[in-house]
Amino acid sequence: MMENIYLAIPLAPLFGAIIAGFFGAQIGRKGAHSVTILGVGISFILSLVALNHHVFNGAAAYNDSVYIWMVSDNIRFEVGFLVDNLTVMMMSVVTGVSLMVHIYTIGYMADDLHNWPKESLAGTNAYQRFFSYISLFTFSMLMLVMANNFMQLFFGWEAVGLVSYLLIGFWSVRPTAVYANLKAFLVNRVGDFGFILGIAAVVMYTGSLDYYDVFAKAESLSSQSMSIFSGTEWSVISVICILLFVGAMGKSAQIPLHVWLPDSMEGPTPISALIHAATMVTAGIFMVTRMSPLYEWSDAALSFIIVIGALTAFLMGLIGIVQNDIKRVVAYSTLSQLGYMTVALGASAYSAAVFHLMTHAFFKALLFLAAGSVIIAMHHEQDMRKMGGLKKYMPITYWTSLVGSLALIGFPGFSGFFSKDAIIEAVHHSNIPGHEFAYMAVLSGVFITAFYTFRMFFLVFHGEERMDQHTREHLHETPWVVTVPLILLAIPSVFIGGFTIGDMLFGDYFGSAVYIADNHTGLAEVGKHFHGAWAFVEHAFAGPAIYLAALGVFSAWFIYMKQPDIATNMKNRFIFIYRLLDNKYYMDDINAFVFGGGSRTLGDRLWKVGDVTFIDGLLVNGSARLVGWFAGVTRRLQTGMLYHYAFAMIIGVLMLFAIGLIV
Amino acid sequence: MMITDFLFFAFAGVVIASALGVVASRNPVHSALFLVLTFFSCSAIWLMLEAEFLAITLVLVYVGAVMVLFLFVVMMLDINVAKMREGFVSYLPVGIVFAVLMLAVMVYVVGPVGPDVMGTAALDNAVRQAADYSNTEALGEVLYTDYVLAFEIAAVILLVAIIAAITLTLRRRPTTKYQTPGKQIKVKRDDRLKVIKSDAEVLK
Amino acid sequence: MDTSVIGLTSYLTLAAILFAISVAGIFLNRKNIVVLLMCIELMLLAANINFVAFSYFLNDLSGQVFVFFILTVAAAEAAIGLAILVTLFRSRKTIDVEELDSLKG
Repeated sequence: MMENIYLAIPLAPLFGAIIAGFFGAQIGRKGAHSVTILGVGISFILSLVALNHHVFNGAAAYNDSVYIWMVSDNIRFEVGFLVDNLTVMMMSVVTGVSLMVHIYTIGYMADDLHNWPKESLAGTNAYQRFFSYISLFTFSMLMLVMANNFMQLFFGWEAVGLVSYLLIGFWSVRPTAVYANLKAFLVNRVGDFGFILGIAAVVMYTGSLDYYDVFAKAESLSSQSMSIFSGTEWSVISVICILLFVGAMGKSAQIPLHVWLPDSMEGPTPISALIHAATMVTAGIFMVTRMSPLYEWSDAALSFIIVIGALTAFLMGLIGIVQNDIKRVVAYSTLSQLGYMTVALGASAYSAAVFHLMTHAFFKALLFLAAGSVIIAMHHEQDMRKMGGLKKYMPITYWTSLVGSLALIGFPGFSGFFSKDAIIEAVHHSNIPGHEFAYMAVLSGVFITAFYTFRMFFLVFHGEERMDQHTREHLHETPWVVTVPLILLAIPSVFIGGFTIGDMLFGDYFGSAVYIADNHTGLAEVGKHFHGAWAFVEHAFAGPAIYLAALGVFSAWFIYMKQPDIATNMKNRFIFIYRLLDNKYYMDDINAFVFGGGSRTLGDRLWKVGDVTFIDGLLVNGSARLVGWFAGVTRRLQTGMLYHYAFAMIIGVLMLFAIGLIV
Repeated sequence: MMITDFLFFAFAGVVIASALGVVASRNPVHSALFLVLTFFSCSAIWLMLEAEFLAITLVLVYVGAVMVLFLFVVMMLDINVAKMREGFVSYLPVGIVFAVLMLAVMVYVVGPVGPDVMGTAALDNAVRQAADYSNTEALGEVLYTDYVLAFEIAAVILLVAIIAAITLTLRRRPTTKYQTPGKQIKVKRDDRLKVIKSDAEVLK
Repeated sequence: MDTSVIGLTSYLTLAAILFAISVAGIFLNRKNIVVLLMCIELMLLAANINFVAFSYFLNDLSGQVFVFFILTVAAAEAAIGLAILVTLFRSRKTIDVEELDSLKG
């Protein structure tokens, strides 16, 4: 019974994607969104059934293979599901957010035809194609989270990457979109290279792809060492963990592989919400959590993770302050929040990371969809300097945005508050090398988050109306397909944190899914002082985080509402820092110069020397000339005289005899 | 020496002599006739090896069919015999050298002289069969059981050979007249008959 | 006086001699394609003698079955070869091998 449900959960969206993708022209727009929403809806309901089965009925973890693809050298390549409390939570979040996004997309893409040039055929059935893609994404993401082996994990990993690529470049007639999806693709290749090396190392040292088999061997791996360069000794488990984390750095956009995520905002807003905020980018967080039995054996890897996460959380938040594009602000805040989750992973607070992942999925999807709603109302204008005062035109969007923003900055009682505060406290009590630095980074990150979030909020919804006359006349609240998902997402953004913190964070919700070594006590230390959600809120007033957040909101209000000239003054005074932030620490330029330029130079050399001279000149033409010359010589052998051939045959027979005699 | 030994040497001598005749004859017709003699004496040798069916087949198929075909072709084609013999003498030394070389090597490998590298001299598992033993029956038994697929393929090869030989040599002479029954049957009245209406004319 | 001096080697030697003669024949009759075909028949006969001799001395019928198939294929080959010869002669008015050195493809 449950097997069939588990099988149906990923297959229902796949079915919808196939119908909408291949038969989009036949079933039309309405058919396409109906069939995909039906598929994702079935998947969502069944996920809830599975959630109920595992969480509330307390069923044991399900781990079984569905299909064995092949067995090679005793390594089984199979499709299988590992469903436990961690998985059902991810499944419910993925399908739930996906369902919201599906519904929202009906409104967002309603007049998508305007986004395509009239003479372009690429826009034909784009609406159906879009629904097919997001359903396919849901399928891929479910395959990723439900995997019970590394091969299926890798399949899902690459499949979500592919759909992300397709959707970032969905408006394929825009050069910027094509550039952005290429960038996302290339940067993810760097991460995936590390990831597949990690999987290869796992197979090499354990001889298995199955999670449980590998986890069982984690302890023996930790005592082995390998030599990558001659003369150096590396702990096998650290190498595996760091390589796998490199994959997570690509997918979850950690420094220095974060550069693709801001550009991915070129894609349609539902995609930004679904893929680049709520689900796909958290795949790395999920993966590390799933691999916690491996990571717990390597302090080096955890230390690496915590430092990378802290850098991401702090530096990316700073960039968010200077951005003017509404979606980019949300994108940088996503980067920063992913940094928080990564920090939590590094501090062995896996449940805090996943908890933040879940709350973040709701409130960040909400913020993105709200931003999308604003963009629809503003006729696809994304520059915040041309907005302002939208509060009175779009009340629902305003209030839901306020909920999302408060959740993001960690306003006491909102879901983001619980998860973020838990992370900060866990880092504070951690004993991993580098946690002091991470603590400073996440703490200052709280101020920065509050500052840029409310800078955006005030610039968009309050203050003077800076849009042009035409846009102002057409301003109105967006249709119900847009606002209903906003409201539906706003509810968990407020409440889900307080309701679930007790069980998820400090209870034994994750059971055997997450393993924490005895000496990594960061989260357990926090748990000792936990006496229910309300006490947690009260306790927060004793810490610095909440005051920093308040200070951030106040600064944003003061600088952008009260004294707008302060912003200009600060900008002029600290022009160097402003430039540094505005150019995103020049990371794009460094990449373009070093890697882009370097590979272009290399390509140029390969073309001129390797291709033109060596391959074309020497190999292609050279071998043709050699064959011509050789044929000219051997042509003399082919006289066309029958007896010459007979003669050759007889000599051949004689030689065979001779060889037979000698040997 | 037994009587069969004499028979063997006699027939072997005829085989060799007539084979030389095939090669050396001036006239292709003579060559073909010598070849017939070679086959005949060879089939006699096969009889001594108790391969009665093959011996008869050799006579029937080769002498009866193939060699007649050869003769037929030789006689049908207008061949300038003298021209065909050009270069016979000048290549004679080379031919003899090669033939002798080849013979020497082969005899060295299988023959009674030399180190007997193949171990053929001592090989003798021969069983003299009883008088009522039927070689044809024994051969048929394996041919229709173990080798039945190969046998079927051989049949197909023969069929292909028949068709190929016919199509290669068949030619339509433009002067010959043929019937095409298909066209004859398909013909309609209107194709042949045409009724023309004309006004009656009064002869003046 | 009662023991036979004829063994397997005698038959093999006979076949070898026959083979050598036919090789010489191919050398000498380099113009007449009909005689060339006859020499090839001789070669096949030499091979067949080997098969039959081995079949007898190994007491194994497979050798004879093999000869049976060789005869079949050789008959087919002779038929087709001669048919080609006839068509060739019709178009070229010669069967001189030395003049048949141009292929068209």
